[in-house]
Order: sequence, then C-alpha cells, then structure tokens
Amino acid sequence: MPTTYEPIATTTLSSAQSSVTFSSISGSYTDLRIAIQARSTAAGNGRESFRIRFNGDTNSNYSATWIVGNGTSAGSNRNSSQTYAYAMFQESNSTSTAFGMNTLDIMNYSNATTYKTGLTRSSYNLLGNTEDCSAAHVFLWRSTSAITSIEFSTDASGGLSSGSTFTLYGIKAA
Amino acid sequence: MPILGILASSTPVAAGSFESIATVTVGSGGAANVEFTSIPNTYTHLQIRAFGRTDLNASGANTGTYAIMRFNGETTNTNYSIHRLQGDGSSASAYGATSTNFFERFAKANDTASIFGTIIFDILDYANTNKYKTVRQFGGVDFNGSGVVVLISSLWQSTSAITSIKFTAESSANYVQYSHFALYGIKSA
Repeated sequence: MPTTYEPIATTTLSSAQSSVTFSSISGSYTDLRIAIQARSTAAGNGRESFRIRFNGDTNSNYSATWIVGNGTSAGSNRNSSQTYAYAMFQESNSTSTAFGMNTLDIMNYSNATTYKTGLTRSSYNLLGNTEDCSAAHVFLWRSTSAITSIEFSTDASGGLSSGSTFTLYGIKAA
Repeated sequence: MPILGILASSTPVAAGSFESIATVTVGSGGAANVEFTSIPNTYTHLQIRAFGRTDLNASGANTGTYAIMRFNGETTNTNYSIHRLQGDGSSASAYGATSTNFFERFAKANDTASIFGTIIFDILDYANTNKYKTVRQFGGVDFNGSGVVVLISSLWQSTSAITSIKFTAESSANYVQYSHFALYGIKSA
C-alpha cells in the first residue's frame, strides 16, 4: 500500500523570523495539510493572525469566513479582497511556553482549473485571557494556479517566535 | 514514525496507517451521485475529504448548497439526526434536528464561477456492529463577501457496519466536473 499521508517539509524556528515559507511544493499530492504551533514576538496578550500567501501573490485575491468561541460567547466574521488569508495564533506576552495551534487543509491544491478553498482550525489558551479562543475558518484564494509555495507571516509588528513549528504534509488519493 | 495529527481536529494517527481506499473525481458530464461501495472493515476509522460544486440553480447567489450522505443503501433520513454550529460571517448559530441529514457546504451553479466548497468527514469505529455511528464534519465555502463555515455532528441510528456511502446533492442536483471525493481508511495499532 503506497504512503498516502507523508511529511513534505518541517521548519522549527531556532530564532525569531519574520516569515516561514514552504517553496517548490510538489504537485504530486491531492491535498495539503499544515500543522502549526506558533506564537508571535509582538507585545500584547491576545490573539494575532497569520498572514498566509500562496505563490507570492500579494494582490487582493484572498477572503475568509470564520467562527470563533472565547469561552463566553460565539461569533462569526469575515473579510474580503484581502492581500492574504489568515488564521489565528497568539502573542508573546502570554505564558512563555504557550503556543497557539493551527491546522490548515487545502484541497485539490495543484489543480489549475478552480479557485482554491481551504479550512483552518485554530486554538490557543492564555489561561483565562478574554481572547482565548477556538476558531474555524474557511478561506478562498481566487486563483486557478497550482499552489507551489506557501508563506506564513504575522499581521502584527512582531515576527514569529523561536520554537514555532510548521510542518507540511501531503495527502495522496488513490 | 512520527505521530501526526491527521483528523479534522484532534485525533492523532501514526504515519503509514492512513490509506487511500477510493477516489471519485466527477467528469465533464457531471454526476447525480457519488458512491463508495464494498468498503472493507479492516480499518478503524474513515475519513472523506471532499471538494464540491453542484449544478443547482437556486435563489440567492453565493449562498452555497448542502450534500446528503447516506449509508448502506438507505434512501430516507429517518435514521439520521444532526447538530450544527455555523458561522455566516455575521453571527454564530446552532441548529439541531432529528430525521434530518445534510452536510455543508459546497458551491452551486449560480455562485461565483470556479469556486468549490470543501468538507472533511470523520467516521469513527465505522465497522463496529454494536454501536450507532457518529459522523463529524468540518466544512465551508467562501465567496469573497459571503460564505459559511460549519461544524456538524451527525448520528446514524444503526449498529450495522458501514459498507457503502452515497453522496447526493440538494434538490437532486448533479455534482459538476472537478468535484472530488476521496475516501481514506485509518488503522489503529
């Protein structure tokens, strides 16, 4: 039985960086999954967002809809015509060993016919902070290009903290 | 082998235990349904990763559509029930119903071209003959200004092992070209 779920690349930051990029992604899988544990270097004590870009596209081709629960209430919001897609992670002034968790699933990423839709699940806990949350996003990249690179950065002034980990997996259908 | 977080949220699975069972990619003529049959009972869990759009032309552009998933040749919703948590970009809402069966959300004909919705289904202990079956799904579609993200749990009130899974579309619509359903089996140690 061939391997259907395999790691493609992993990055663990040994020092803070402004971004992490997976490049030269093979088109030989059906779906991609990225597992992330990360925190920001920005001052604050709450949630920030990843900026996620595909193929270096900085045009306004991204949008998302999400739902979030913070332990008290649930809400939903969206954005449109953004220059990046995003998912949530956490800031640096929280408990120093606490990292936010995100998983991204990108279906049919290498087809050159349809726009790309993906799902993310995000969660982090700052031990009682009002911005603790569990969230789910659906995002759209309005491009028919096959995804060959993915860049993660942050929407705040800080970068990605040391110890943040990013692992890219490929899932191959029969 | 490293331990990988495979399922839609949390279940860890060892690499090498996640296998592709079957895949359907809809061709240019479309398809009224997609069905996986003769599913072996040699796995512990199933996961279906779907990417879909239908030819339904319903009122309301960029609102998407739902899929129906039934097991073992059943043709009614009597044995199914669901609970749904949904975000539509404005508010979060919850819904529950018995004798109801739908999963969300794909795109439809009068939505923006080239957009497909996506859904991940997890079915745990699908071959067990002593338990009712619970399905967890995570899905959504975004249209750059509207969209929905959905979490659903669904119960199938049957102790039968799941041996076939059939997907149909809202209002008997057809799945259009490039819609894609991939069935995976997950083994435990």
